[in-house]
Amino acid sequence: MASTEIARQAGEGVRGVPLAGHVGFDSMPDQLVNKSVNRGFCFNILCVGETGLGKSTLMDTLFNTKFEGEPTQHNQPGVTLKSYTYELQESNVRLKLTVVNTVGFGDQINKEDSYKSIVEFIDAQFEAYLQEELKIKRTLHSYHDTRIHACLYFIAPTGHSLKSLDLVTMKKLDSKVNIIPIIAKSDAISKSELAKFKIKITSELVSNGVQIYQFPTDDESVAEINSTMNSHLPFAVVGSTEEVKIGNKMVKARQYPWGTVQVENENHCDFVKLREMLIRVNMEDLREQTHTRHYELYRRCKLEEMGFKDTDPDSKPFSLQETYEAKRNEFMGELQKKEEEMRQMFVQRVKEKEAELKEAEKELHEKFDRLKKLHQDEKKKLEEKKKSLDDEVNIFKQKKTAAELLLNQAQQAGGSTTLKRDKERKNFF
Amino acid sequence: VLDLAAVPDTVVSPAVYGEKTGGPVLDFSYVGIDAILEQMRRKAMKQGFELNIMVVGQSGLGKSTLMNTLFKSKVSRKSVLATAQEKIPKTVEIKSISHDIEEKGVRMKLTVIDTPGFGDQINNENCWQPIMKFINDQYEAYLQEEININRKKRIPDSRVHCCIYFIPPTGHCLRPLDVEFMRRLSKVVNIVPVIAKADTLTLEERDFFKQKIREELRANGIDVYPQKEFDEDAEDRMINEKIREMIPFAVVGSDQEYQVNGRRLLGRKTKWGTIEVENIAHCEFAYLRDLLIRTHMQNIKDITSSIHYEMYRVRRLNENNTTVAHANGVPEHHLTAHEM
Repeated sequence: MASTEIARQAGEGVRGVPLAGHVGFDSMPDQLVNKSVNRGFCFNILCVGETGLGKSTLMDTLFNTKFEGEPTQHNQPGVTLKSYTYELQESNVRLKLTVVNTVGFGDQINKEDSYKSIVEFIDAQFEAYLQEELKIKRTLHSYHDTRIHACLYFIAPTGHSLKSLDLVTMKKLDSKVNIIPIIAKSDAISKSELAKFKIKITSELVSNGVQIYQFPTDDESVAEINSTMNSHLPFAVVGSTEEVKIGNKMVKARQYPWGTVQVENENHCDFVKLREMLIRVNMEDLREQTHTRHYELYRRCKLEEMGFKDTDPDSKPFSLQETYEAKRNEFMGELQKKEEEMRQMFVQRVKEKEAELKEAEKELHEKFDRLKKLHQDEKKKLEEKKKSLDDEVNIFKQKKTAAELLLNQAQQAGGSTTLKRDKERKNFF
Repeated sequence: VLDLAAVPDTVVSPAVYGEKTGGPVLDFSYVGIDAILEQMRRKAMKQGFELNIMVVGQSGLGKSTLMNTLFKSKVSRKSVLATAQEKIPKTVEIKSISHDIEEKGVRMKLTVIDTPGFGDQINNENCWQPIMKFINDQYEAYLQEEININRKKRIPDSRVHCCIYFIPPTGHCLRPLDVEFMRRLSKVVNIVPVIAKADTLTLEERDFFKQKIREELRANGIDVYPQKEFDEDAEDRMINEKIREMIPFAVVGSDQEYQVNGRRLLGRKTKWGTIEVENIAHCEFAYLRDLLIRTHMQNIKDITSSIHYEMYRVRRLNENNTTVAHANGVPEHHLTAHEM
């Protein structure tokens, strides 16, 4: 039998070794990128905000296309989430973009449970991924990732402060998703009010401990722009898909009698900043944060909740599997028990129903018998009546013929009435 | 599919950040989705890459030299250890050594796993077992990390991505040991067979040898890298078929440079001429290097992680109460179905 020796050199760590020529592994990033291009990318955005804040228009403006969907009514009974998936392509990059909208957010009289359906939705996507990851035969590399990578929170442009609904919702979401707060329809606010508004919002978020997404500053090539942008949060945006002629160009803008708000003019609004941060600079980081931070947190909590623990160094190597098996068996046992119970109940019900039906049948028979008897009685009575009637008719007939006979005889006998009378008397007897 | 306009007029190049764009300069038909490629590249450069290569073959076949030639530096175990003459070990040992190398800003952690003692004994039965065990141990380690509740952000990848098998240049056919080893191991790891010290074969002998080897591999149902069953699409198949027609590559290794026609080249100098390692007319080293490093490295890693590792995971998760040690340390006739 062969023995093994995994030798680790002394003072090992990892040596840095200089290369004497061009090896060629500098093509690795290209190889990796090519693989991703072939596979395509996924990006999922969740838009949370009250009805009428321009969520759909902003998505249209950001991605330069008309997404489907009608403006929602304000009379929704609760908050539902509608998601649409689109395939976009730009040069050789294929993007599967999913936009999820909260329908009916902020419309109810009692908004206490508004955040719940949003949290449930986000958790459901994590759960789906976790299920796939835990499968025995899994296909992670071709799995369509539906986890939410970015949550755009639309703040109403009141100019004062955040609504309590906003604070509560963002607090519930900040550990589950990357939140990017934006001030919607910001052309309703003047520049000076806007600055104050932004400061107020930021301080309220901080004092309430809401963790919004920070653009990463650890990579030198983007650290500067990201930290600048961090200071401009929340972005004040205006969305528009209509074009207006400015100078000799057609630009996206909103036209008012007193002027035109240009969407892509950085003096007018922060739309360009949002697009830059969300898509052009940090899309990959948003995806990575979702996977390595939010998803891991969900997974950790979920597994701990289900009763798993990490293995001790000297315990058997696969307690996760064993616990899972045990839970599964327990669950299957319960399932079987429930199934048995249901079956019993079903049999019982069937018996009862059968008994009922038998009863009914019996009753029907009885009724039928009764009716039959009734009918027969009636028939008998009628027949008797008929008989008596027939008898009367016969008697009457007899009387009639007798009377006719007498009449005839009376006419024949003429004057001899006494004779007749005598005869009648005689005939009569 | 909604198609956006491809080429914009004025473009804020994704590689140029921090430039202020004042006023309406951008052509709004460009969204910037393709900037994600650059973002990915940045992230990859920051994280660096890992590659684990195992070399298997009898001693004296030039394994260490080939590794040094491939990576143009002293990465082999022999170069690191001071001892020049090593005794051939009595059993198969697994010796692993890691290096950090960098090229044009791309950092890579290269681990070379040597297997001294393989095929060197008189009785070589089961000499593949320690190697199988090592490979499975790496899968196991990764699996353990993966199923932890508290997981690391990046699970360290020690899985063997590629196993280069050195065939001695007999010129005839594969030996039983070669067939046994490759048959068993091709099921758990990517095997790249090479004809070692190919400078002892003429071109005709080489072609004949290669053909024989390919036939024998086919006859024994051995699927070496690039495996036919993992071709993803027609384009893949086309590229890989060309490679499959050329394997095993006949290689010569050298870490000495010589002056040839006014240039300094890696080669082996003999009385009858100098063999240029990187000259494809002389040997096929360049093809091997291109395959392993320049074109298929990511693919090799992908097949390891999404196919070999997943297969191991499925087997492992379907087991009940057998520990890995039990499955690997026992003599062959006691082994269960999942151990080759």
